[in-house]
Amino acid sequence: MNLAPTCPSGTPAHGESVNRLGLWVFLATEVLFFGGLFLAYAVYRAAHAAAFSAASARLDFPIGTVNTGVLLTSSLAVALADLAARGRRVRSARAWLVVAGLLGAVFLTLKGFEYHAKFAEHLVPGPGFAFAGPPPAELFFSLYFAMTGLHAVHLLAGLGALAWLWVRLGRHPTGDHTGAVELTGLYWHFVDCVWVFLYPLLYLIPPAP
Amino acid sequence: MIASPVLLAWATGLESASSISPRVDALFRGLLVAGSGMAALLLVANLTLLIRYRAGSRAQRGPVNLPVNLIEAGWIAATTVVFVAFFAWGASVYLDMERPPAGGVRIEIVARQWMWDVRHANGRRELDTLHVPAGETVRLELSSEDVIHSLFVPAFRVKQDVVPGKVVTTWFEATRPGRYRLYCSQYCGTKHAGMTGEVVVLPPAEYAAWLGRGDASGEIAARGRAALVRNGCTGCHSPGGTVRAPVLEGLHGRRIPLADGSFVLVDTAYLRDSILEPNRQVAAGFDPVMPSFKGIIPEGELLDIIAYLRVANEGTKP
Amino acid sequence: MSVDPPPASPPPDYLAAGVTVRSWLLTHDHKRVALLYLFTITAFFAIAAVAAALMRWELLTPDADLVTPDIYNRLFTLHGVLMVWFFLIPSIPNVLGNFLLPLMLGAPDVAFPRLNLASWYIFLAGGLLVLQAILTGGVDTGWTFYTPYSSTYANGQVMLMAAGVFVAGFSSIATGLNFIVTIHKFRAPGLTWFRLPLFVWSLYATSLILVLATPVLAITLLLIVLERGFGIGIFDPRLGGDPLLFQHLFWFYSHPAVYIMILPGMGVVSETIACFARKRIFGYRVVACSSLAIAVLGFLVWGHHMFVSSQSVYAGLVFSLLSFLVSVPSAVKVFNWTATFHRASIRFDTPLLYALGFMALFTIGGLTGLFLATLAVDVHVHDTYFVIAHFHYIMVGGMVMAYLGGIHYWWPKISGRLYPEGLARVSALVIFLGFNLTFFPQFVLGYLGMPRRYHIYPPEFQVLNVLSTAGASLLGLGYLLPLVYLTWSFFRGPPAGANPWRATGLEWTTASPPPERNFAESPVVSGGPYDYPEPARE
Repeated sequence: MNLAPTCPSGTPAHGESVNRLGLWVFLATEVLFFGGLFLAYAVYRAAHAAAFSAASARLDFPIGTVNTGVLLTSSLAVALADLAARGRRVRSARAWLVVAGLLGAVFLTLKGFEYHAKFAEHLVPGPGFAFAGPPPAELFFSLYFAMTGLHAVHLLAGLGALAWLWVRLGRHPTGDHTGAVELTGLYWHFVDCVWVFLYPLLYLIPPAP
Repeated sequence: MIASPVLLAWATGLESASSISPRVDALFRGLLVAGSGMAALLLVANLTLLIRYRAGSRAQRGPVNLPVNLIEAGWIAATTVVFVAFFAWGASVYLDMERPPAGGVRIEIVARQWMWDVRHANGRRELDTLHVPAGETVRLELSSEDVIHSLFVPAFRVKQDVVPGKVVTTWFEATRPGRYRLYCSQYCGTKHAGMTGEVVVLPPAEYAAWLGRGDASGEIAARGRAALVRNGCTGCHSPGGTVRAPVLEGLHGRRIPLADGSFVLVDTAYLRDSILEPNRQVAAGFDPVMPSFKGIIPEGELLDIIAYLRVANEGTKP
Repeated sequence: MSVDPPPASPPPDYLAAGVTVRSWLLTHDHKRVALLYLFTITAFFAIAAVAAALMRWELLTPDADLVTPDIYNRLFTLHGVLMVWFFLIPSIPNVLGNFLLPLMLGAPDVAFPRLNLASWYIFLAGGLLVLQAILTGGVDTGWTFYTPYSSTYANGQVMLMAAGVFVAGFSSIATGLNFIVTIHKFRAPGLTWFRLPLFVWSLYATSLILVLATPVLAITLLLIVLERGFGIGIFDPRLGGDPLLFQHLFWFYSHPAVYIMILPGMGVVSETIACFARKRIFGYRVVACSSLAIAVLGFLVWGHHMFVSSQSVYAGLVFSLLSFLVSVPSAVKVFNWTATFHRASIRFDTPLLYALGFMALFTIGGLTGLFLATLAVDVHVHDTYFVIAHFHYIMVGGMVMAYLGGIHYWWPKISGRLYPEGLARVSALVIFLGFNLTFFPQFVLGYLGMPRRYHIYPPEFQVLNVLSTAGASLLGLGYLLPLVYLTWSFFRGPPAGANPWRATGLEWTTASPPPERNFAESPVVSGGPYDYPEPARE
């Protein structure tokens, strides 16, 4: 999405404030987009607590935890890229973008391994689903795949944005990129925030008493 | 003026045949009177102003100091008070509709595409007809085998969605013997408009006699079994059949693999499709050799067969 | 409103600025994007109207004699999906809103012009998916896509149809986002919030709903597609899922969406009434704030679609009370419009006729909405023709009347030409009569117990159905007339001049049609809206 505004007053400050408001409104829609899933999760977790607990135990806790660290670190890298861009240190900003992008890729790769294991263990909802436990466990896995899948799609879009930014900074090393880096960073942090909620909700359900 | 057709229909129209319906009607009339009053008031006010202040009229114009805030606060407060009053009235009737009195007759109804399968306490079953006693509380325990249906008896002012996965209870007390229409009011597929029936309200003594006139459980199923034989289905669909074909008993409710690798739930719709268009979704491991029975098996027999297969399944479920 | 005088020789207007197909398809001009939307939604309206006509003809007799049940079910699904998502929701916001918002704000364009054009392409893509779904077998779920019917039992192209609506949703979000940012950031100097035209207020409230509700619909449809296509069951009762959860999510969008389909109409009505009464709208601030109140309260009443769904009794009570409360700001608007006529100087041109039609039909629609908000009465009339009549009074009687009124009011600005006034007044009258004849009998049908989505019905309902079908024929004729004479006027109508209605508002201070960048120089505003001279001196 190109956020270049038409600015009547023509000042860059106005243009930036326009883009910033646009992005915040966009993030508001994203919150509601994930909100539907979180609502479904809340309803079903309340209704089928034991099944959710049993199903959650089958998730790969180490990978989930490592991934949380990976994603949080990537957000730090994006924040450092933002700081560098503000100080017009373009080389340093690009380097931090690469770090963030690589961490994002690591997250997706680990997620891929996790998905693959679920396929192998017949824990993917559908006709081949096999889980020795109460049927609502399938709901848990449906939500697991829907929520983490949607999150992964957003992360993929974030990687695209980082790549675009990296190219842009390379092409115009002397330009002012504060706005673009800030907005991309906001989006990246948002995707990170979603995971901060997903991780405890999916991985950290205590065993049923 | 605007409300007159409604008033006409209201005067001549719908029977009121349950204990709750007079209360709903009173509420409806209250809303009608208040609503028509408000509409008439607005109509008169607008017409008067529009005529009086048409361009070029001699009416006096120019600024006038109206207490705008007071006026706004006034009509906001007035409408809120009236609206909340109607809310309270509606809620009080609704609460009584939702709280069934103790005791009474209990009847189970299973809804499925596209029939009402009624089971009385003593096991007597009927399809698309519901016999109930007058003057007694009738509690309906509703469940659905497939999609959401809704039981609607206009003369009783009763409506309740039947949601698959749970048993929903509703109740009424019919006050007058007679026959009343019953509809499915929640869209449920192709023959939604055909999922209608009749409520037959009998005096209590007659109802008791009707109920005692035979334990009819299995009646429909027996008809369905006979239809299977009559139409030659069992020639193939039995363990020793001439052509290899799946045994039908026990299939209902199962998820089976298809020839194309996908899975399908054997439900009413699938059974029906398989009889009418057998080669569209062929079960894995079988040849697509069955002819279509579209136009050969009458609708009633089709329902009987499906009802039989559903029942034949019940014994085999874990 | 006092404004700097326009320059002596204006630049070429937006229609003359380029005539190639390319110049239209790649335009960033909000006015051209508005016209692209106008053509597209007119086409969708026509298709959906044909479906409605076929249904009404089928309902002439109690039996199924024109179409099969399956075709009938596909017709009402098609009618609902196209009318709701491909006509009503984009109607006023994307056509009149796109055209007028920057003009009313004194801005050269919306905040994100390319996103604006992209929203049209997204909309078109969604529409084409839906058309493909229709052409390859149709969908018989109804526009509400209730599970488990839609996910497991329905035949037809449910996934394609849901995908089309899903995609079109992003066009709504893009438009809402664009409008919010434009209103916040692109107001002309001096144009403070309480100097904004009421149409802008209504668009702002609408945009809030578009941005906050549409994503919930998107995720809900996505879950249906996952469940139907990939076996990822979320609502499946066999797994312990709850079909009512789908209804909650669906109506969390679709009830606020009802206000997307009426708020902009209210804005148009406020503009036209002010102009043809030549007066500031009575209680301007209250009317402006009532739009926001409706937008906020509108998010809290979705459960009134589920009074008989077996949701909790207490939920029913809360939703009923809130539904009564959301009617208060709507009623207040009607009172304020009425009060505006006091000491006014009223001219009965076509736009005002539509506005009066809106007031009458919206009042009936709103009052019958109170019947439906009343718990005990709703149990009886829920899912009957009473509901059909009620929401058509709001959406067709309200929104379509306002849309047509707005098209007529701003037609001189859009096309630079005048339409034939006499013919237009007759059409407005035909539409009003046809509408009432079509839908009023349906209130009675519903009260008598005729359920919706029935193609066959007991014989005692026939007389009312015949009346309704007769009205629909008249209504169809009424809709054809403006299509014909507006097309004629676009090419042959007499030139209108910058301000044929002598209306206030920044959009009337620039040429008709406006130049590509709207204003030769950014206007400066120094007074409130609707600053009409004293009627007595006219």
